[in-house]
Amino acid sequence: MKSYILSAVSGIALVATTAAFAEPQAEVLHYWTSGGEAKSVAVLQKEFADNGGTWTDMPVAGGGGDAAMTALRARVLSGNAPTAVQLKGPAIQEWYEEGVLADISAVAEANNWDAVLPASIAAHMKCEGTWCAAPVNVHRVDWIWANAEVLKANDIAMPKTWDEFNAAADKLKAAGIIPLAHGGQAWQDATVFEAVALGILGPDGFRKAFVELDTDTLTSDKMVAVFDQMRKMRGYVDGNFSGRDWNLATAMVMNGEAAFQIMGDWAKGEFLAAGKVPGKDFLCVSTPGDGFLYNVDSFAFFKVDGADKIAGQNLLAKLIMGQNFQKVFNLNKGSIPARTDVPLDDFDSCALLSASDMKASSENGSLLPSYAHGMALRGAQAGAITDVVTAHFNSDMSSADAVKMLADAIANSM
Amino acid sequence: MEAPKGTHPMIKWLEENTPKLILAPSFIAVLVFVYGFIGWTAWVSLTRSRLLPKYEIEGLIQYERLFVSPRWDTAFGNLFVFGILFIAIAMILGLVLAILLDQNIRTEGAIRTIYLYPMALSMIVTGTAWKWILNPGLGLEATVRGWGFENFRFDWLVNPDMAIYTIVLAAIWQSSGFVMALFLAGLRSVDGEIIKAAQVDGIPTWRVYTAIIIPSMAPIFLSAFIVLSHLAIKSFDLVIALTGGGPGYATDLPATYMYAMAFSRGDIGQAASSAMVMMMVVFAIVVPYLYSELRSKDG
Repeated sequence: MKSYILSAVSGIALVATTAAFAEPQAEVLHYWTSGGEAKSVAVLQKEFADNGGTWTDMPVAGGGGDAAMTALRARVLSGNAPTAVQLKGPAIQEWYEEGVLADISAVAEANNWDAVLPASIAAHMKCEGTWCAAPVNVHRVDWIWANAEVLKANDIAMPKTWDEFNAAADKLKAAGIIPLAHGGQAWQDATVFEAVALGILGPDGFRKAFVELDTDTLTSDKMVAVFDQMRKMRGYVDGNFSGRDWNLATAMVMNGEAAFQIMGDWAKGEFLAAGKVPGKDFLCVSTPGDGFLYNVDSFAFFKVDGADKIAGQNLLAKLIMGQNFQKVFNLNKGSIPARTDVPLDDFDSCALLSASDMKASSENGSLLPSYAHGMALRGAQAGAITDVVTAHFNSDMSSADAVKMLADAIANSM
Repeated sequence: MEAPKGTHPMIKWLEENTPKLILAPSFIAVLVFVYGFIGWTAWVSLTRSRLLPKYEIEGLIQYERLFVSPRWDTAFGNLFVFGILFIAIAMILGLVLAILLDQNIRTEGAIRTIYLYPMALSMIVTGTAWKWILNPGLGLEATVRGWGFENFRFDWLVNPDMAIYTIVLAAIWQSSGFVMALFLAGLRSVDGEIIKAAQVDGIPTWRVYTAIIIPSMAPIFLSAFIVLSHLAIKSFDLVIALTGGGPGYATDLPATYMYAMAFSRGDIGQAASSAMVMMMVVFAIVVPYLYSELRSKDG
């Protein structure tokens, strides 16, 4: 009996404290489960705990986030959404339209997010004018990675145009080196495709085609030229590329079997992990043409009940955009901070190039979302485009047929 | 059954109703989780559901989208290529193996186990192993070239026109031992007296098989067919492990199409309509079977 009273009293005391201080609580659903990524998210976890919060981790591995999205769907349908969820691109607005996202404008405005984020990235974080998500990093997608030694031995400079790229690739092929390391998975085909499209269509054409889905641009002669270049690219990969993982393709560049790879800057992590030095062992430049394609990871905030959870949400939002986290996280992950006012002293030369290009492209309006990585379009439309790209790349379909199929597929995906 | 006189009516009631009571939970579970969700899927397939299910009926729009999608065309065509080849070859191979094993050979037990073993592996393991075997740069092609046959080519896995046959190959490897076991049991169940009588009459062995034993195994053929066809229609893990649906989407099957739509693309309506079409294919196979089964029992 005594112990019962005691526990009841302590129970009441507990309720009283929570009401008074609303100890921040956050349940975070994410799919950063691999080595480097898990380390990156642990940084956030620690900062959250240091600020007096209780973090409930909900990592869901598998399927490049598909499994996490399935878990999210189940949680939202059962009316018990997590505090924060790793979501990106138009998926944030898609969830907002289901009426389940929270408004964190108070935190965003107090910390002046508008001033420190590039405008086009900030736009992804807003749902009809209110802030509903916070970005953690910027991956650049339109990189071309090269083995410095192979290029030097064959007397090749980093290509500035696609014609130069083709000339370099033909030369390498004649010398018995695989010009382009590539893995035949649909998303990798799409990654190469969008880099080619950005170069040939130009930033404005890219925006019209893959953000606005403008039919004239999608069926233009320039789009035919994009597919022509893709057909050329197909000739530059080795015969055994089907199904290869991207990091194996990176390894081919590393050991000199292949010369180039077109891949986002997560490839840099592979080079660095193997002890390669940027600028000396491997080279990083943007793919031929203007513009910057970004893939921004972010956390979206879902509607939750209770002062402790809302406090957790606000604290989390503040920490995610904090300078310290943006720096430490991105050093771990190989990307660059989304905020533009983080000191970059500890970053490598590729990251510095990425940061200065991001600034310049943001000013001249060529900072664009990556379609291949789910930043530009919703899943159904992006998937429809990828289907056409990968079908064209893996068959002998003509460019004109591919363009026609592209227009049909997009119309059908609406 | 009549209860003995003098039994309590409660006990009598229990005796009559116990089977129903015991079956009720599983009956309800099947009703909800199988037929209920089939109904739910059918409903959703008539809506414009995207990320989350919606319930306003919009008509047949999802089916229209489905049937103009080139990727679905490929997936649905692959189902027939894969299904027909897989079922036919696995059954023929299984039957031949069973007949050969039926010749009273000494090591039958050991051989039977060896042939049956692939069935113990999951399709993921089978798919991964065959992915390595068929990979031109690692497996068979590289090995044979290493022996000095420089022009040897076996690149089906990376050839969009041939990749679907690698899936057939792996699936047959996995399942034909099981079909063999089914047929072997069938062969053994044929009445020995009839066979002996035929042998006394001097009928050659191959005639004994084609005219007596195989026709009397018709029910076994039907069971093998049903088991294999449902394996074929629900095939998913093998494709994911072996080709990932590639090159491009050349080896997509309806199940992988449905998965992509539902879980990667947030297009639940489209996924539901493809699931309904898959179910109709299953019905087209199962209904005639059930009909013939029920009719033969009535007659």
